[in-house]
Formats: sequence, structure tokens, C-alpha cells
Amino acid sequence: MKRNSFWSWIVFIIGMIYFFLPLFAVFEFSLRAKRGVYSFEAYRVAFMDPEFYRNFGMSLFWAFLTIIISLVLIVPTAYWVHLRMRRWRPVVEFFTLMPFVVPAVVLVFGMSRLYARFSLMVELPVLLIAGYIVLSFPYIYRAVDTGLRAVDVRTLTEAAQSLGAGWGVILFRVIFPNLRVAILSGVFLTFAIVMGEFTFASLLSFDAFGPYMEEIGAMRAYTPQALAVVSFLITWLCIGLINRVARGAPGQGQIGGAR
Amino acid sequence: MSRAEIADEFNVKGDAPPARPLPRKRNLDWLGLVPFFLFVTLFLILPSLNIFIRSFQSLETGGFTFDNIAQIIARADLRNAYKASLSISLITAVGGSIFGFLLAYAVCLSGMPVGFRTFMLTFSGVASNFAGVPLAFAFIATMGTAGLVTRWIEALTGADIHAAGFSIYNIWGLSIVYMYFQFPLMVLIMAPALDGLRREWREACENLGGTGGQYWRHIAFPILLPTLLGTTILLFGNAFGAYATAYAFSGSFINLVTILIGAQMEGDVLYNPNLGYALAMGMVVIMALSMLGYAYLQRRAARWSR
Repeated sequence: MKRNSFWSWIVFIIGMIYFFLPLFAVFEFSLRAKRGVYSFEAYRVAFMDPEFYRNFGMSLFWAFLTIIISLVLIVPTAYWVHLRMRRWRPVVEFFTLMPFVVPAVVLVFGMSRLYARFSLMVELPVLLIAGYIVLSFPYIYRAVDTGLRAVDVRTLTEAAQSLGAGWGVILFRVIFPNLRVAILSGVFLTFAIVMGEFTFASLLSFDAFGPYMEEIGAMRAYTPQALAVVSFLITWLCIGLINRVARGAPGQGQIGGAR
Repeated sequence: MSRAEIADEFNVKGDAPPARPLPRKRNLDWLGLVPFFLFVTLFLILPSLNIFIRSFQSLETGGFTFDNIAQIIARADLRNAYKASLSISLITAVGGSIFGFLLAYAVCLSGMPVGFRTFMLTFSGVASNFAGVPLAFAFIATMGTAGLVTRWIEALTGADIHAAGFSIYNIWGLSIVYMYFQFPLMVLIMAPALDGLRREWREACENLGGTGGQYWRHIAFPILLPTLLGTTILLFGNAFGAYATAYAFSGSFINLVTILIGAQMEGDVLYNPNLGYALAMGMVVIMALSMLGYAYLQRRAARWSR
């Protein structure tokens, strides 16, 4: 076992270097805005730009809309599938996994060409949010599905019904609270994904943090690196919150995808 | 299995509700799934169908044709785009799998303190989601012309590697970037699989006089193989569909299929709109095939997880 663990340490150290070197490099680079000394000048410049707040705010708004609509769409569907439509479960599951089959760039291409003639769809962020919701499908559905398996949906529903509750009350006051932990991890992951998302926002020409970062990257030195650090901290925060919420089970529910 | 689940099992097979016979009335349960399927139809099925139909449509006549598909094979630039996308996906999928597996092994089975394992899994969660524009910036700051590693090498050896004709804006450079979100995904999926290896299997092997090498060759590795291969396919698709990272890293230096589709969207760079659809459909076909493989291997892997 001695030799074994020696090589394990080597692999572990290489992995750590791979993880941290780019992060250290981008952080170090962001500090070099003033010649000769390390300073937070690049961050000051980044946070001075009103465009930063506008784009960041837009991304926050997109993330908020995505999460709300996604939950309203997914939670009742998953609940209903568990309760009454068991046979449809594989079908629903299949569609929630579609983002793994249809790449984001292909989806946005297909949607924008199909709906190009409907000016309302183009001017309002319908396609943007729809695309984000599709991206969030696997994470939210999986999280909710796992949560539903853990609670006795049928008994809860029958208990609520025998106390005279309607469907609205059952959903919002019985099912949602029971799924809080499961929903939260899906929500944080969706938030992290939407905040840095570039493909949809850029190709549909909507303001968002991702395209803003890219634009700054072509215009300025040092500031884009500062923004990359900010973006990394957001991702870290979200994953940290997921682990906090789903205590003791790291690796569950935090599997995202490439953008 | 809870009682409700058992009841459900019966409910699926027979059509009588378990508890009390309900008065016969029209079953309107399906109405509950209408919003979801409406959404999916509008924003997934119809766009995909549109891509499918248009890629077989002739630009001039609007009739059915294989022309667009044939052009992808005939035109060197399009063929090369597929070649580049496929090779970068293959390189990072295989590389990411091997390294991710070794890393998962290191933190799960080599007797490292538990803290390292928790840390590695958390970090893998972060890294596998840290893709796109900021990731590209991070790697430009690492190995670009003014990057940290470039400066270190210059300080140590006095050689400016970029002046010497070394470029990171090619398939290999982009592969290094992609690896950042590839191998952590492998770690995340592999760690639970390694935890699933039962101690009894190893003990049984040792009782029969097997060595550690034999245990891995004949027992552990065959059990893990479906998971390993399945995840490799997942990584392949993960890299194949990536757009933002490549775009922010190298602009249009590297002619990937996703980059071409993006360019085609912003302005008709291929001078034939239907060619764009064919390109997109080619991607979906490749992704669908790889996901079929993934589903098959998943089913095989599930055999041992009970």
C-alpha cells in the first residue's frame, strides 16, 4: 500500500496544481493594474463602471425569472408524475435530459430561426428565458425527483385532502416545504449557471453578465480578470451553499455542464 | 419500499385503484402534464424538428434534398470543423477520464485523510461548473503571452516561448482549458462508484489467494468499466457542445462546429442558411448517438449497484 499511496499523493498534487494555478494566475493578473505594485485598482475600475451593475443586474433578473418559472413548471409536473402519471415518468425524464443531447448553441439556433417572424418573441426575452429553463431542466428535475422519492407523496396528499385542502394549498403548503432542501440545491446550481451564461445571451443579443465580461475582455486589460475572479466567487458560493443545504452528501446535485 | 410505492407498483400493472373503487368517470389526470409538454413542444421539439426539416431542404427550390449534408462532407472547411470538434472532444474525454479516475482513486481508496476527499469533491463541483468566459480568461492569464506560467518560464530559462512560435490558441491549448471542467466531472461521478466497491469483494479475492493486481484486473475494474466508459461518453458530449469557452478563449482561431453555428447565426457566413441547419443537425445526431451509448452503459453499471 505504501507505493500506492505515494502515487496517489502525486496525482492529488497535480490535480491541486491544475485547480489552483489558473485561479492564482487570474487573481495575480487582476492585481497588476498599477505598474510595479499589486493593487485592487482593476476591481475599483470594474466596480466603477455603471454598465457592470446594469449587466449584472440583468443577469440577476434573468436568473430570478428562470428559477421561478422553472419551479412552477417542474415541481407540479414532477409531483403529478409521482402521484398519478407514473407511466409517463420515463418520457418526462427523457425531455428533462435533452440539454445533454441538444447543445445550447444548436438550441438557440433552432429557436431563433423558428420564431424569427414573431416580433414579440424576439423583443421580449421569451427565448432567452425558455432556453435557460431548458438548461435548468436536468438539475431542477433531478433534484425535485430525488426529493419526491424521499417523502411519501401519496400519504401527504391524502392527509391534506382529508383535511380539506385544495390543489393549490397541497402544492404550496405541503409539497414545496417538504422539498425545500432538494429544490434549493437545484436553484443554486441554476443560479450559478445563468449568472455566467454566455451562449444564449450573446447570440440572442440580450444584456447579461457573460457577454459583458467578454466585451470588457476585448476592450481592457486587468479588469476582465477581476470580473473572472468575481464570477468564480459566485460559482464557489453557490456550490458551497448546495453542500451546506445537502449536508454530508457532496457530489450530489452539483453536476453541471459545459458552456 | 414504502407502502405507497408498493401500492403504486400495483397501480401501474393493474388498472384498479388500490384502496376504494372510484366511481367510473372520465380520467382527466393527463391535464396536469399539459403545461410541461406544451413548453417542451414549443421550445425543444419544434426547434429541433425545424432544424431537421430545413437541413433536408434545398435553398433554391425548397424541395427535399441531400445536398446540404453532402456539402458538409465535400467542403474542406466544414469537414475540418467537425474534425476539430471531434478530436478536441475525444482528447479531453479520454484525458479527463483517465486523470479524473486516478484522482478519484487517490482521494477515495488510497487511505488519504477524509478531509482531502471532501475538499476534492467540493472543488470538483465548483470546477465542473466554472466554464465559459471566466474560465477562458483564467487560462489566458495562466499561459497567454503575458501569463503567469509564461513569465515563470521566461524568468527561469530566459526563453520567451510565445516568441519561439509556441501558440496556445490551437486544439491542444483549448484541450488544456477544457480539461478544467472535464476531469472534475469524472471525479464527481467516479467517487460514489468507487465507494460502491464492497469490502467483501476484496476480502473474498484475498481469501482465494488473489493479489491486489488480480483484484483490480478481474473484479474491480470490470465492475467499474461501464461507469468509466459511460462517463467518458458524457465528457465527450460535454466538450462537443461547448461554445462559450472556445469563443472567449480563441475567438474564431479554432474552427469548431459550435463556433461556426454561432457565426452562421450572427451573419450568414456559409452563404447558405440551410447549411447551418445541416451543421446543427449533424451535432444533434452525434450527441444522440453518444447518449444512446451512455444510456446502455448506465444500465449495465446499475447491475452492480444493488
